[in-house]
Amino acid sequence: MADSKKTSSMSRNRKVGNFFSYLLLILISVIWLFPFFGLVMQSFRSYATEYGGMVDYIIPKHFSLDNYTFLFSGQTNYLRWYGNTVIIAFFTAILQTLIVLCVSYALSRMRFTGRTLLMRIWLILGMFPGFLTMICMYFLLKQFGLTQEGAVPGLILTYIASCGMGYYVCKGYFDTIPKALDEAARIDGANRFQIMNIMILPLSKPIIIYTALTAFMAPWCDYIFASYVAFGTDKSYNVAVAMTRWVNTNDYQGYFTRFCAGGVLVAIPVTILFMALQKYYVEGVTGGAVKG
Amino acid sequence: MSSTTKQSSLRREFVEIGTTFRDGDWKTRVSYLILGFGPILRGQLVKGIAYLACEVLFFVYLFRFGLQYLSKFNTLGTVETQKIHRKTVYGDNSFFILLFGILTIVIIAAFIFLWRLNIRENMIEQEKRKEGKALPTNKKAFSSLLDENFDKTLLALPCLGIFVFTVLPILFMICVAFTNYDKNHQSPTHLFTWVGLQNFQSLFSFGTTGFGSTFLKVLGWTLVWAFFATFLDYFLGLAVAMLINKKGIRFKKLWRTILVITIAVPQFVSLLYVSKMFASDGIINGTLLRWGWIKTAIPFWTNPTLAKITIILINIWIGIPYMMLIATGLLMNIPADLYESARIDGANPGQMFWYITLPYMLFVTGPFLLTQFTGNLNNFNVIYLLSGGGPQSVSMAGNAGSTDLLVTWLYKMTVNDTNYKMAAVIGIMVFAVTAIVSLVVYNMLPSVKDEEGFQ
Repeated sequence: MADSKKTSSMSRNRKVGNFFSYLLLILISVIWLFPFFGLVMQSFRSYATEYGGMVDYIIPKHFSLDNYTFLFSGQTNYLRWYGNTVIIAFFTAILQTLIVLCVSYALSRMRFTGRTLLMRIWLILGMFPGFLTMICMYFLLKQFGLTQEGAVPGLILTYIASCGMGYYVCKGYFDTIPKALDEAARIDGANRFQIMNIMILPLSKPIIIYTALTAFMAPWCDYIFASYVAFGTDKSYNVAVAMTRWVNTNDYQGYFTRFCAGGVLVAIPVTILFMALQKYYVEGVTGGAVKG
Repeated sequence: MSSTTKQSSLRREFVEIGTTFRDGDWKTRVSYLILGFGPILRGQLVKGIAYLACEVLFFVYLFRFGLQYLSKFNTLGTVETQKIHRKTVYGDNSFFILLFGILTIVIIAAFIFLWRLNIRENMIEQEKRKEGKALPTNKKAFSSLLDENFDKTLLALPCLGIFVFTVLPILFMICVAFTNYDKNHQSPTHLFTWVGLQNFQSLFSFGTTGFGSTFLKVLGWTLVWAFFATFLDYFLGLAVAMLINKKGIRFKKLWRTILVITIAVPQFVSLLYVSKMFASDGIINGTLLRWGWIKTAIPFWTNPTLAKITIILINIWIGIPYMMLIATGLLMNIPADLYESARIDGANPGQMFWYITLPYMLFVTGPFLLTQFTGNLNNFNVIYLLSGGGPQSVSMAGNAGSTDLLVTWLYKMTVNDTNYKMAAVIGIMVFAVTAIVSLVVYNMLPSVKDEEGFQ
């Protein structure tokens, strides 16, 4: 009797607790989604009747596709910027994944003189701020004609040149694959190259997807190198550089809704891709966090 | 101890070079001058020709290109570019001299290393011959690149990339910190030269022209920012993860997906929009004004203190989801019997969190916290996209703003001021701060101190 009363009060407690939990979660969700809601709403605001500046209301008075048609109208290089970013992201993803896999495999599976020294030097190099190298990098790229007009291949080179240093997560994953597999294959007469191709890589699908996904997403946000390497050449900008300019120049009043529309078009494919591959991302991030 | 072993290993190297020469046949001895001579005559064509080609390339590089820069390395050039009768006569280019001088020094060091390898190669071949063993065939030398020497194949290209695009530029910038390379000394029209520790002195001088007080302010804010950005996100992310993981909460996947959207959307879109939300004519001020809750716009971005608080708060929006993702997986790994036995002992949820969950999480995520902290020290995107480092203040040197981190300040100096010498000094300071924090914290980590802790 007393027992059942106790459990019922406990379940009531839990119900009250859960009620507040849901309330909190809904509140958090609203805060998290509010800016995106605003972004989408503003992008549909009619340019003809309400101009493109910032306003103090969220829901537009007139919905229209003005801002989107502007992007596709050819008055700006938006499509070019978008294309640049897609090309950069695509090639960076492929090449960076290849390089990171090579480095990780060598560091995880093979023992050679200078291995720990190499890892230590890279660790120390990683402590320098990345764009300390900017001036020199710009000069080097310029020698090969990879700045301004040639900024797209130049940026790909910039991103992949030093990506070998970001091997941690991938190596951590390789370390968890039992060495006994390698030894068995070696007894069967396979060489290292075959072991990597036939045994290790097929087992590493999650980490390959994780590496490619993060490599693909980074160029979309890069402002520093992209603005420096493409300096002054409108055609070579990526979306981040070009559209940051829309917001920060003095006439952002007119370009604000256009920025929103452009931002929505950038966000949609990247977000869909991320959500589709979220499982692998979580796996990579968690694995990386625990192993350091 | 370690220095003595280093010394003796260096001595061993020299002894080996000497004895190899003394005991070597004439092929080996000629190899001291003509690299790869011995291997070629012993039938190791691939290796030998590779060595020889390296030597030829090295001397061609040195005499056609490298020496002219290296010889001016100590002055960084003396001949100014001049205009004579409307014709520009180019003099020395300090930038080239510095960059290619460093490159030449590195290449000379690499060549010495190669020379040493060549001697050892000769020694090994000779010993094998003496024991009557067959030398590996050329074909085998090739195929070993896919087997026992596969690491060299895999690492060659990445290492080359890292050398050209990271090591060389960093060495260059470290040197720039000891020169007067700035907007008044731009190459090719002007020369710059070595100035010793002068730039470091100006970083630590607290007069009206020095960078001292600005540097301390920026450094202080960088550390405060990194602290709050790391730990607020950590604990709030943990709390949200526990909230979603709670028994009886439904739609777990939905809540997580909603949070994760801030990771998925490129930051330049989301952060720029949010930054404009908080602008004086943005949606938040506009709405509050319309409702009559405030009389004048809240200076989110123009008041230094408020700007700092706003940035930290907005960063929560970006930072919590990462931590939530990580914590969600880890929370499930905590052995359930720990909680069970705690409950039997009469512990309340608060105690269970304090004595089980938190220590476990801190133990497991220690390295992650460290990388987060150093990452936040250099978190360029959040600061630059939200406030651009502003509000600017006249009391700060080098165009620094109140929310500038060391890295955004470094960026401004490079791009806006072309004050490369100070940018280089700040870059070295960033390295020093990161290295010190990493070293100190790394040794404090529970998972380093006590590896067996939770296993």
